[in-house]
Amino acid sequence: MDGEKFKTDKERRAFIKNVLSGSIAGSLLLVIPMGADLVLGDSPKPEIDLPEQIPGIRGSEWDMKAHQFAFIVDITRCIGCGSCCVADKREYKVPDGFYRTWVERYLKDYEGNVYVDSPNGGVDGYQNPRDDLDVKIRDTFFVPKLCNMCEYPSCVQVCPVGATFRSPDGFILVDSERCVGCAYCIQACPYSVRFLHPETRTAEKCTWCYHRVRKGLLPACVHVCPTHARKFGDLNDKESEVAQILNGPGVLTVLKKDMGNHPSLYYKGLRREVV
Amino acid sequence: MDNPLNYVFPNDLHVHWSMMIVLYPYITGIVAGAFIVSSLYHVFDVKSLKPISRFSLLFALAFLTCATLPLLLHLGRPERNINIMLTPNPSSAMAGFGYIYNLYGILLTLEILFIYRPTLVQLRQQSKGLMEKVYMLLTFNSDNLSQEAIEMDNKIISFLAAIGIPMACVLHGYVGFIFGGVKANPTWATPLMPVIFLLSACVSGIAGIILIYALIKKFKGEQVDIDCMRTCVNYLGGFFIIDFVFEMLEVFSHAYLSTWYHHSVEGLLWGPLYNSFWVAQVGIFSVIPLLMLGWLCFTKVKDSIYRVAAPILGLMLLLQVLFMRWNVVIGGQLMSKSHRGYVTFHPEWFDKEGIIAVLVIMVLPLIVLFILSKIFPFWMEEETGAVR
Repeated sequence: MDGEKFKTDKERRAFIKNVLSGSIAGSLLLVIPMGADLVLGDSPKPEIDLPEQIPGIRGSEWDMKAHQFAFIVDITRCIGCGSCCVADKREYKVPDGFYRTWVERYLKDYEGNVYVDSPNGGVDGYQNPRDDLDVKIRDTFFVPKLCNMCEYPSCVQVCPVGATFRSPDGFILVDSERCVGCAYCIQACPYSVRFLHPETRTAEKCTWCYHRVRKGLLPACVHVCPTHARKFGDLNDKESEVAQILNGPGVLTVLKKDMGNHPSLYYKGLRREVV
Repeated sequence: MDNPLNYVFPNDLHVHWSMMIVLYPYITGIVAGAFIVSSLYHVFDVKSLKPISRFSLLFALAFLTCATLPLLLHLGRPERNINIMLTPNPSSAMAGFGYIYNLYGILLTLEILFIYRPTLVQLRQQSKGLMEKVYMLLTFNSDNLSQEAIEMDNKIISFLAAIGIPMACVLHGYVGFIFGGVKANPTWATPLMPVIFLLSACVSGIAGIILIYALIKKFKGEQVDIDCMRTCVNYLGGFFIIDFVFEMLEVFSHAYLSTWYHHSVEGLLWGPLYNSFWVAQVGIFSVIPLLMLGWLCFTKVKDSIYRVAAPILGLMLLLQVLFMRWNVVIGGQLMSKSHRGYVTFHPEWFDKEGIIAVLVIMVLPLIVLFILSKIFPFWMEEETGAVR
């Protein structure tokens, strides 16, 4: 009996030891490469050890013509948590009062009135109901907004110095070294996604996280969305979720279609009240 | 803002184009309008405008020298302003500004120098020291006043004045297009915008000249040339009637067509813009001047009354155009692109685009005009022997 008990104790001790060392080693494996990645920069190691989030981007030189990216927002999934806005604000140190992306809350009463608000651009999440309304609410939904990455962008058309441009891979970007801060692009954008950065005094807007996409990573807001309401991918990759949704039978729509800007941002389940 | 139905896109809360962008078309409009007055004499041979044909050019130049100030004060990065000429974007209405402005400046300066050449040559002979050097520079050290030289000058003057008309139209018509080309803003996006801007430019230029001409003469204790004044008022009337008709046509057409554009703009005109549009721009500063124009142009008004009424009319129409600029530039931005709400605009006093800066910029051209008057005599009677 004693011998067997000793054996069992020994096995148990060994087991606990193994589990502990395994967990520590495993945790270290998780932690070390992440920390190392963030400080990489000029090191000869491959730049990113994070798993690829957009297939087909790493491993070959970036081909400006090879991709056609699309962004889809599924209104039926958005819960108004504001995680996307937080991620965006952190990613770009967006100053208070300015918004690269925001989430709107729509409320409808039984009279058909529509009440929209977006306090702080929704960055705090919609944790409480509106307290300034004395009506019975029939329906509510949330609408995230961001750059529409138009095929015919008004902002690019009007920029007097060519600081705002459409890159061959379809992203509308701003060269902050060249921008004169005239705000013409802000006037021209039908979606009001642009603002003049109070420190650089140049135009800024959502870039669909171009720097992340080039490394095979999803835009920050897409990455953190807990309900998968924000989707992003390459339409040329027929297996991608966005390609399948866009080629599928579901109803998709764009904002302010009559403007003729041909956005690459699509909305699934968008309601007619949304402007 | 208390209305719970009011919703403004979060980035729309700030009015990006504020008072400096009201002043910019206002000043370039005065420049273009004043040039038209001079061209009426130099190209279309409206002889009664002779007394102010030179003054109007200098008036235009004085305002032109200050036309870029509001833009520089407005730009987020004014030190990069040269980019607009170094890397102009051909599809941008704004990109032409640097070229048009500079070409127009060159043209206006050349025209003034050629028109004043005989006078400047004479003044050079009469002056000493620094002023002699100034006149030497302005005449390019040429004192040839032979018959052939003067005839050649006159040909050049007519040519410059003739190409100056389309250039003045481009200078201001394109300013209108800067707004008219913004499809995202329903109050701006209309093909009529360049036309309205151009006509109102003529109105503000002529009105400004009438007012300042009368004030200078009053200040100097001299009489204005009443024929000249009457001709100016007649032209002012013509331009203003067309201008006002187009301004109202824009509102009426949209109201009649009643597309979603109108439903957006309607709330703006009858809401935040009610006082500055209907009361000020249309009521006080358009209807009253129209009645005054009818009285001054079509009835026999005594000269003594005319001398007082015309400058008052000029001042009122200057304010009409200022309100029009305000209602277009600021008013257009008070409506959010959400089409669900309006923002309010609070001008600051001491901001670089504030009220003090506006006042300084509006006084500066008058100071420049005063300095110019020390070099170029405004009035024909102050000199001897000049032909044109």
